[in-house]
Amino acid sequence: MAVNFGTRRIVVGAHYGLRDWLSQRITAGLMALFTFVVLAQVLFTRGELGYAGWAGIFAAQWMKVLTFVVIVALLYHVWVGVRDIWMDYVQSVAARLLLQVVSIAWLVGCAGWAIQVLWRL
Amino acid sequence: MTELDPNTRAARPVFRNINAFKDLPTYRLPLAGWVSILHRISGALMFLLLPFIIWMFDMSVSSEISYERLMHAFGADGGGWLLKLVALALIWAYLHHLIAGLRHLWMDMSHDAVSKEFGRSSAAVTLVVSILLTVVLGAKLFGLY
Repeated sequence: MAVNFGTRRIVVGAHYGLRDWLSQRITAGLMALFTFVVLAQVLFTRGELGYAGWAGIFAAQWMKVLTFVVIVALLYHVWVGVRDIWMDYVQSVAARLLLQVVSIAWLVGCAGWAIQVLWRL
Repeated sequence: MTELDPNTRAARPVFRNINAFKDLPTYRLPLAGWVSILHRISGALMFLLLPFIIWMFDMSVSSEISYERLMHAFGADGGGWLLKLVALALIWAYLHHLIAGLRHLWMDMSHDAVSKEFGRSSAAVTLVVSILLTVVLGAKLFGLY
């Protein structure tokens, strides 16, 4: 094969990771906001929190929707981070692919469980 | 670019492929480097402990009975110290990841924050605040107050 510009081109994605970089930050902001929303509700509860107070926080419809969005955001945020770890430390393509597939299964499974818990409240 | 004479230049250690066992124990990481690697470690820890986190969430909100069972599991007669240790590790991981993340966001938004001095001072703040809050919440978790 002739060596020309095309064969020596470094093939990378069109966005150079911008989309992942940005979505990791946006999802992080959302999760930080969620943290402070939950914390505020716990701190501003009068008297003993108990089961009723704690479960009541997540029973409100707006809180369910927010928690659902946060679970999805977490899924994507963790995927970007864990994929970075595998890309940095695992050089074997086969092992990396396996770990990435396991990570996706792990994350989707966890997200499904969390949403199930949330939805039957 | 002016090259210094290699014969008169002070010999400094050169790290190319870092060997985890040979180089890491003697590798002096700056504070920002500690925040960075701990950011990664705390993230990986929370990723691995996700089922434990969701289990606690499940138990705590599903019913009054499961709530009591979770309280009991964390109690003194239920071998709760082990769960408390894991929870303490999660508390630290979450705090460190959150504060280091906010530091990142601040550095993304402010050009003034991207300096050697701010990198060092904000790393120190991240480490101190996350560890202090972990101690305070950990003391509460283990019933010290």
